[in-house]
Amino acid sequence: MGNPLVIAAVGEVGEGFIKERDVGDLCQAQAQHVFCLDWARENLDRFETPTVQHLQIVIPALVIGFVVAFALALLAHRIRWLQPPLLAATGILYTIPSIAFFFLLLPLTGLGRDTAIIVLSAYTLQIIYRNTILGLNNVPAAVKDAARGMGLTNRQILWKVELPLAIPEIIAGLRVAVVSTIAIATLAVLISAGGLGTQMYGSNLTFPTSIIIAAAIVMLMALAFDALLLLVQRLTTPWRRAVPA
Amino acid sequence: MIAHLPLASFAGAIEFIFSPQESNVTGGKEVGGFDKSMELLIKHLEVTAIALAIALLVALPLGLYLGHRGKGEQLAVGLGNAGRAVPELAVIALVAVLVGVGLQNVAPVLAILGIPPILNNAYVGVSQVDRATVDAARGIGMSETAIIRKVELPIAIPTVMGGIRSAAIAILATATIAPLAGVESLGDFIINRNVYGENGLLAGAILVALLALTIEGSLALLQRRLTSDGLKVKTA
Repeated sequence: MGNPLVIAAVGEVGEGFIKERDVGDLCQAQAQHVFCLDWARENLDRFETPTVQHLQIVIPALVIGFVVAFALALLAHRIRWLQPPLLAATGILYTIPSIAFFFLLLPLTGLGRDTAIIVLSAYTLQIIYRNTILGLNNVPAAVKDAARGMGLTNRQILWKVELPLAIPEIIAGLRVAVVSTIAIATLAVLISAGGLGTQMYGSNLTFPTSIIIAAAIVMLMALAFDALLLLVQRLTTPWRRAVPA
Repeated sequence: MIAHLPLASFAGAIEFIFSPQESNVTGGKEVGGFDKSMELLIKHLEVTAIALAIALLVALPLGLYLGHRGKGEQLAVGLGNAGRAVPELAVIALVAVLVGVGLQNVAPVLAILGIPPILNNAYVGVSQVDRATVDAARGIGMSETAIIRKVELPIAIPTVMGGIRSAAIAILATATIAPLAGVESLGDFIINRNVYGENGLLAGAILVALLALTIEGSLALLQRRLTSDGLKVKTA
């Protein structure tokens, strides 16, 4: 254990978890139990910190990803020839598997939450950028003409006509980004950034009950964020029905 | 606690890929090298190909059929959305502790990760084919299977291939953590830090990233080749 990477990989939550699991006697031969309800009841509170950590990775990543992707989309909307190269660039970031991406950043940003946030926000760029551009491009020319005819400036047309009409596509992109980011953030355990992944894999695999609870929290979190975004869409676009993600 | 690798580690990692070297953790034993890298790269491709083949066999016919009939949107699209929420780490960890390790257990599970995007895109692609076109095909006497094969699938190729590309990348990415379930892949360099050391860790990440980009690029080329020229005409 002389290697700092190995020590760090176990992480605070993971290390304590493994120790406690070894002395736990709630379900003997836990590996054989698909789900040990007694253990779950007794130990539900240990998922609290990882859940908070998970959110601390996911929320900044999504906010940064959205701001950057949105700014890039607005820029490419003005300067048209930027659209294909930006799509290709964000596509490359999206293609690199997040596990590889995490470790590629180690020499630059080290282990921990910052690296996880950078990787996850880079991962969301493609989806949000592409859908924002798509939404802006889908605005009928006639609508823009009408706005111009009413005397709106370009800036006003963008913020008062084009962007509101693009909301369904933008939110469809955000929903995909949110759900996949929450799922992928479990891998942050590999670079000692904490999160719900710690309850699936410490320095070793953990046992089924813990993995199932952690996975359930991840999926519920994804579902909740997805529902929230759908609600935002309903509230911001009363004139349209929801567009499937 | 926070370990910072020096920037120079990239050079060490690239050296690791090409020639065996003493690892900083194994005390003198030589690890890595071109042969080992290629061996793991091929294993990584093997796992990915097997899982993708299973996913294609299951999801492609089903998606095409559902899209053709215009039925089962809930299933195809709903599964596509739900699939994204499943944490890969949990899937691999669960199969390792509940089902067992090894390729025969891991490949089907990786395939499950590839099914949602293929199913979803096959459904969406086919169901969006202009119904007038399908009616015309039916009018000239084509059978339903011929319509799917010769009319709907060719028109839907860009969307269908989009799903296959997502599936391939998702499977390839997850194959990186397959060593947790006893299947060798490039992830070995990453997961087994106490064998391959820091250079191996970075080398694994570089190889996985390059492999993903290569596969994505090849599939994009394949998609261009498969798309009929008539569909490439730009409609502004």
